[in-house]
Amino acid sequence: MRKVKIAGVGLIRVSEYWDKPIQSLFAEASMKSMKDAGVDAVDKVYVSNMGGSLMQDQLNLAAVMADSLGTPGLPATRIEAGSASGGVAFHEAVQAVASGYSDAVMVTGVEKLSDILPEVVTTGLAMAEEQEYTAYTGVTKAGIAAMIHRLYMDLYATPEEVCMMAVKSHEHAVGCKHAQYPFKMSLQRAMSSPMEADPIHMMECSGIGDGAASLILVPADDEGVEVAGTAVSTDYTSIAARQDPLEMKAIKTAADRAYKMAKIKATDIDLAEVQDDFSINGVLGIEGLGLAKPGKGAKLVNSDDVDKEGKIPVNTFGGLKARGNPLGATGIYQLAEIAWQLQGKAGDHQIPDAKIGVAENMGGMASICAVNVLRRADK
Amino acid sequence: MSVPRYWRNEVPRYRLQGEECSQCGAKYFPTRPVCKCGSTDFKPYKLAERGEVVTWTTISSAPTGFEKYVPYVVALIELEDGCKVLSQVVDIAPDAVEAGLKVEAVFRKVKEDGKEGILQYGYKFRPVVE
Repeated sequence: MRKVKIAGVGLIRVSEYWDKPIQSLFAEASMKSMKDAGVDAVDKVYVSNMGGSLMQDQLNLAAVMADSLGTPGLPATRIEAGSASGGVAFHEAVQAVASGYSDAVMVTGVEKLSDILPEVVTTGLAMAEEQEYTAYTGVTKAGIAAMIHRLYMDLYATPEEVCMMAVKSHEHAVGCKHAQYPFKMSLQRAMSSPMEADPIHMMECSGIGDGAASLILVPADDEGVEVAGTAVSTDYTSIAARQDPLEMKAIKTAADRAYKMAKIKATDIDLAEVQDDFSINGVLGIEGLGLAKPGKGAKLVNSDDVDKEGKIPVNTFGGLKARGNPLGATGIYQLAEIAWQLQGKAGDHQIPDAKIGVAENMGGMASICAVNVLRRADK
Repeated sequence: MSVPRYWRNEVPRYRLQGEECSQCGAKYFPTRPVCKCGSTDFKPYKLAERGEVVTWTTISSAPTGFEKYVPYVVALIELEDGCKVLSQVVDIAPDAVEAGLKVEAVFRKVKEDGKEGILQYGYKFRPVVE
């Protein structure tokens, strides 16, 4: 297997692009990453997208997105894995280069939620849950997270301690040019916002945004940012089928595999991006990655360890909560941000001397999870 | 929701019926094609109809088809036979739900698929009145 590196990064600000079709978002991010990599062609495109079939009524999205680049003949594949589409597509794209089958692969995540009404977004998110016995109950994505949130609070933390996950992500987004919400949010503001699904407040949930992010992968050459480890794992989709509903096995298993491949331990990691689409999910992501022991994630979030100057900075550009969560593109944003950190191109968000970064990108309530580890290559 | 897709779920949803693995005895609701032990040999299993709330939430923003029930409670319920199910809990004010609340299965309308679509029925749970 060949080692793989990230040769190019491109993304657009997460926002609401009422005036643009999904093709424009895809093409803009893709052209940026190709320019950054200094290439004018690739030999494979992976499109990560969760909701195009609902939001744009568009199946066969890979062809439609490849078409937008104006170069007929490109091999293209669309990957859908719920909210984990980005991390899973990256996992596949890495293998295309590692195997030797492809020499320059583009993986672009794109999602355009503003083409549908907010209540349809709620329905769309619930489509990532099993339909006939889970979504059937009328439960929402927030609702499932809320049931887990309540169990977690009963055992380990106060509502405020969990909510701090959202507050910290917002702190880190200040000054981030591609963030949808680059401003601070107080704990009091979040805790006094209306309930989305009790005990989760509206301001503990990521919002609705459009976005596209793109990476170019090529064989590694001992320079730049290498893919040190990549793994995907799944779990019983329903929390009712799991022995301990608080245990997110897919995160833990994917992390263990990715760390083994990268030959690292959790303590070697310099920064992490976690899936804080709800505050509790961010906390469980931190625990699943082994950055805190089970039940201690909220305590870590409330310490200065996760801050920019801390031991293990988390969500350095604002995470899903503040940078924004364009579903199928989110996992690629996470990896793009880590790549910038390892390249020393993170500007005001730079973590000094960052060598190893990890991204946790889960779909459903961790029914699937991708964990990818990036490492700065030593010359 | 197509008619066959609805029809094939009638027995499990109307009777709260799952399956038990003939090899290892594991119980599943909903049913699954392959057991964790690898067996594909199952027999019908009727779930207990009483249990208690493990955790719950009140849905304030509902998916399409559930809007008029807002606010409604969805809970993870552990039945007396140890099986767990996700279900709405009805006939109780959302604020009155708590962990350990004793509940029993009840047959209810779940949602309507528009004006001319299927009326979907199935299980919900309500507090046990002793």
